[in-house]
Amino acid sequence: MNLLAYLRSLAAKFFRRSQVADDMEEELRSHIEYRADDLERSGLTRAEAERRARIEFGGYERYKEESHEALGGNFLETFLQDIRFSLRLLRKSPGFTVVAVLTLALGIGANAVVFSVMNALIWRPLNVPEAPSLYAIERGKDQAINHSYLDYVDLRDRNRSFDGLAAYNVADAGLDTGNNPSGIWLMEVTGNYFDVLKIQPYLGRFFHGSDEHGPNSAPYIVLTYAYWHSHFQDDRGVVGRVVQLNKHPFTILGVAPPDFQGTLLFLGPDIWVPLVNQEQVEGMNVLNARGNRSILMVLGHLKAGVTPAQAVADLNSTGSYLEKTYPKDDGNMTFSLTRPYLAGDWLGGPVREFLAGLMLLAGLILLAACANLGSLFAARAADRSREVALRLALGSSRRRILRQVFTEAVLISLIGGTVGLLGSLVLLRGLSAWRPISSTAPGLHLPVSPDAKVYLFALLLAVASGFLFGAVPVRQILRTNPYEVVKAGLSARAGRRMTVRDLLLITQIAICTVLVTSSMVAMRGMMRSLHSNFGFEPQNAMLVSTALNMAGYDGDNVSAMQKHMIDALRTIPGVRSVGSVDRPPLYFGANSTIVFTDKTTDLRASSAAAESVLYNISPEYFDAARTALLAGRALSWHDDQNAPLVAVVNREFAAKIFGSVTKAVGGYYKRRDGSRIQVVGVVEDGKYGSLTEDPQPAMFLPFMQSPSSHTREHLFSVVLVVRSARDPQQLAAAIKSTLQGLDAGLPFSSQMWTKQLNDSAMFASRVATMALGVLGVIGAMLSITGIFGMAAYSVSKRLRELGIRVALGAQRKEVLQAALGRAVKLLAFGSAAGLLLGILATRVLAFIVYQATPRDPLVLAGVVLAMSLLGLVATWIPAQRALSVNPLTLLREE
Amino acid sequence: MADQAQILPGTLDLLILKAVSLGPLHGYGVLLRIGQISDQALLIEQGALYPALFRLVRQGLLKATWGTSENNRRAKFYELTTAGRKRFQEETEGWNRLATAIASALAAQPEET
Repeated sequence: MNLLAYLRSLAAKFFRRSQVADDMEEELRSHIEYRADDLERSGLTRAEAERRARIEFGGYERYKEESHEALGGNFLETFLQDIRFSLRLLRKSPGFTVVAVLTLALGIGANAVVFSVMNALIWRPLNVPEAPSLYAIERGKDQAINHSYLDYVDLRDRNRSFDGLAAYNVADAGLDTGNNPSGIWLMEVTGNYFDVLKIQPYLGRFFHGSDEHGPNSAPYIVLTYAYWHSHFQDDRGVVGRVVQLNKHPFTILGVAPPDFQGTLLFLGPDIWVPLVNQEQVEGMNVLNARGNRSILMVLGHLKAGVTPAQAVADLNSTGSYLEKTYPKDDGNMTFSLTRPYLAGDWLGGPVREFLAGLMLLAGLILLAACANLGSLFAARAADRSREVALRLALGSSRRRILRQVFTEAVLISLIGGTVGLLGSLVLLRGLSAWRPISSTAPGLHLPVSPDAKVYLFALLLAVASGFLFGAVPVRQILRTNPYEVVKAGLSARAGRRMTVRDLLLITQIAICTVLVTSSMVAMRGMMRSLHSNFGFEPQNAMLVSTALNMAGYDGDNVSAMQKHMIDALRTIPGVRSVGSVDRPPLYFGANSTIVFTDKTTDLRASSAAAESVLYNISPEYFDAARTALLAGRALSWHDDQNAPLVAVVNREFAAKIFGSVTKAVGGYYKRRDGSRIQVVGVVEDGKYGSLTEDPQPAMFLPFMQSPSSHTREHLFSVVLVVRSARDPQQLAAAIKSTLQGLDAGLPFSSQMWTKQLNDSAMFASRVATMALGVLGVIGAMLSITGIFGMAAYSVSKRLRELGIRVALGAQRKEVLQAALGRAVKLLAFGSAAGLLLGILATRVLAFIVYQATPRDPLVLAGVVLAMSLLGLVATWIPAQRALSVNPLTLLREE
Repeated sequence: MADQAQILPGTLDLLILKAVSLGPLHGYGVLLRIGQISDQALLIEQGALYPALFRLVRQGLLKATWGTSENNRRAKFYELTTAGRKRFQEETEGWNRLATAIASALAAQPEET
C-alpha cells in the first residue's frame, strides 16, 4: 500500500482528531439526507423519509466505530476518547474516586518503599568503578567473611583469577589533630586497597602496596571527604600534616573522593590507615597469627573473562594447599564469592530474609487493595448496567466497552500509583536521613534514594493492579443482556447467594487481619522484650565507655585508672553505685571461652564441660547493674592478683558444671590455661549475646585478677555502669567534669543503658516492629475502606426497601440488621479466616521478634477488638444513613 | 427484494473501485451506482459502505475531496488514485479468472463411459 498516504491519514487522525471525527459525522449524516431526499421524492413525508433512511443505514454507532478503525490510528483515538470518558465518570463520583485512589496509593506506596529499600540494600551495585566484577570471599560452609592475615596473603599471591585482592578491618581509635582527642571509626586496609578498588584520590595521594615494609612501617592516614569537610573545613593544606592516632604520629596523605565511603553499604569510616600499623591502632596485631581470624574481609575484582565458578575453583585449590601445609591452623578452607557491601551473608542473609518477608506482606497489601477495588468496580458495573445495555443496544461492541472499563481501571491505578509513589518518596527521604544508631556506632545509615528501577516498578505495579481489579466486572459486562436490562429497569436484587463481591471482601478482610495480627504480635513481643528479665536492670543506669588505650594507658595503669574512675564517679551526688565491665551484655555479642570441670586433666577443646560467656568486672558491678546474687558472696576489692583466683557464675553455669547452685558455691573449675578458679557466688541468669538466646553459662571474674593483656576488650575499653535516678543530662554533665578532672585527654562517651540497648540488641526487632506496625496500620485502613465501601453501597441500593420496612413499622435494630447484617457477617468471616492465617504466619516472626507468639490471649483479644472497632468505624456512617431513612421522602422521590 | 443477493465477503471493495472508476462519486452515489450497474441485484447495507470506503482511502487506493453535489449539498467525493486504478485492474483480472474457473468447474458434466 501507499505508505505515505497511510502515514498522512494517520497523522491527520492524530493531529486533527476532532476535525476527522466531525468530517465523518458530516459525511454519514449527508448520506442519510441524500437517502431521505430520494425517499421523499418517492412520496413519503419528510419525517417518515428521514426515519426510514436511518433504519436503512443500519447500526449508526457501529459503522461509525468501524469507520474509525478503518481509518487507522484508531487505537489512539479510542484510547483518548476512553480516557476522557473515564475522567468524566470519575469526576462524577468523587467519593469512589478518592477511596479508590487512596487505597491504591497505600498499596503501591508500601510496595515502592519496600522495593526501594531492597533495591538499595541488595541490588544496587556499590558506588565503585566496575562494581559488577567486585566480589568478597567467604570461607567454609557457614560462609564466614573473616580471614586471617596470613591466609589472605596466600590467597592474594596464589590466585590467578583476581586482578588483585585487598583486605580490610573495621576498628575505632582516638584521633588527636591538635588538642581535641575524639573517637573515630577507621578502616585498616592493606596497602593495595585503593589500587584494587581503582579509586583515585580527590586530594594528595593514597598509600600503595609498596609503602608496606613490615609492622608499623606505614604511619599514613587517608581521610574520607566527609571527615575532611567536617573536621578540617576543606583545608587543602592538610596533606602532609602529622596527627596523633592513639598517641602515635601519623601523616595525612590525602583525601578520598566524595562518593567513596568504603565498601560497606551501611558503615562509613572516617579515615583509612594501613593494616600493617594495626599494633599502633589496636594495641596488638594479628599479622603473624594464621589461626587468628579477626574480622578481616577480603575482596577484589575478577579478571576479565573469569567466571565466579572458575574463581572459586582456583581459590579452593589454594585452600587445599593451605589445609595441607598448615593443618594446625587451617581447616575447612573452601571458598565462595559474595557481594561485599553487606559484609557478605553475615548481615546480607538476615537483611535479605527480612526484606523478602516485608515484600511479601507489601504484596499482600496490594492484593487486598486490588480485592477492595475489584469489589468497588463490580458494584459500579452493576450500577452502570443500564448504560452498558444502552450502549450495546446502540451497536457498540462488548470489546469496546471492556476496553473503556480497563482504561478506567488503569487510569485510577496510575493516579493511585502516582500518589503512592509521591508519598513513598517523602518516606524514603526520611529513611535516608535517618541515623538509626545514634552516637556510639559508626556512621550507620540507609542510603535508600529511589532510582529509575523504583519508578518502573511502581508503574508496572499500577498497570498490573489496574488490570487485576478491572477484570473483576468483565463477566458481568459480557453477560449483560440489553433487552432484559432496558425492559426491567434498575431494580436492586437482594441476592442471598455468595457473590464474587462477597468473596473479594472476605479475601481482603482476611489479608488485612493477617497484617493486623502480625503487627500486634510484633508489638507485643517488643513490649515483652522491653520488660523481660535481662539479668540486669537497664533503667536508671548510665553507661560510660572509656577507651583507655586511646589515651595511652597500658599494663597495670589500666587497672589503677579503672579503680580511680570508679571511686571518683561514686562521689557524684545522687549516684547510688558504680561498677565496671569490659563489655556490657547484649552489645553486639559477648566474649566466650571454654571451661573444664576440676577433675579434667586433658585440657583439649573436645573434653570441655561447657562454653561460657566471660565478663571481667569490678566488685560493685552486680550492685550497679542490679544483678541478683542467689548464693555465696559477690566479688571484693581483695580479690586481686595476690589472692586466689575466684569467680561468680550464673545459675546456668552452676547447674551445668556443678549440678546445682548450692554445690557450686565453694567448688572449683578449670580454664583453658589450666588455672583453677573457685566459685564464690552464684547470680541469676541473664541475656548476654542476644535477646532470643537460650540460657547460657556465664562467669564473672574480678578485673584485678585478669592480666590486662588477656582479652582485647579488656585493654580496649572499660564500660562504667553508673546507677542513679538523676536526670540523665545533669548526670552526664557531672560525669564529664569528674572524668576530665582525672584525665583531660581521656576519650569517653556516656549514654543511658536503655538507649544503648535500643540501638544494639533491640535494633533489629525495633525496625521489624516499626515496619510491621506500619503495615498493620495500612491493613487496618484498607479494611475500613473495604467494609465502608460495601456497607455504604448496600445501604444506598436498599434505601427504598429500608424505607418500606420503616413505613411498615420496623424497629431500629431490625433496620440496621437488614442494612448491615451482611457486611458485619462478611467482616466476622474474613476476620476469623485472617486470624487463623495470621497465627500460622507469625511463626515466621519468631526469628526476628523476641517472644513472638500469636498464641497470646492479649494478642488474640487485641485483634478481635481491633477488627470490631474497625467494623464499627467503617459501618458508622452507612448505619446513620440507614437509620435516618424517611420513608415518605423516599417513596415520593421514586 | 427477494431476488437480491448478499455480496460475497471481500467483493465490496472491488465493487466500490468499479463504481468510482466510472467517475468521482460521493458515498450515497457509490451505493446508487452499484445498484444501477448490478441491476439492483446486489444488496449492501448502507452503513457498511463507509468502513470499506475509509479502508480504501487509508490504503491509498481512493482519494477524497469535499465538494458540492447537484442539489447543493456538501458531500465528500471519491476518485481513484493511480495506485487504485492499478489495483482495480489486477482485482478485475483476478476476479474474472476465478469466476471463469468456478463457472467451468460448475459447468462440468459427468463423463459417459
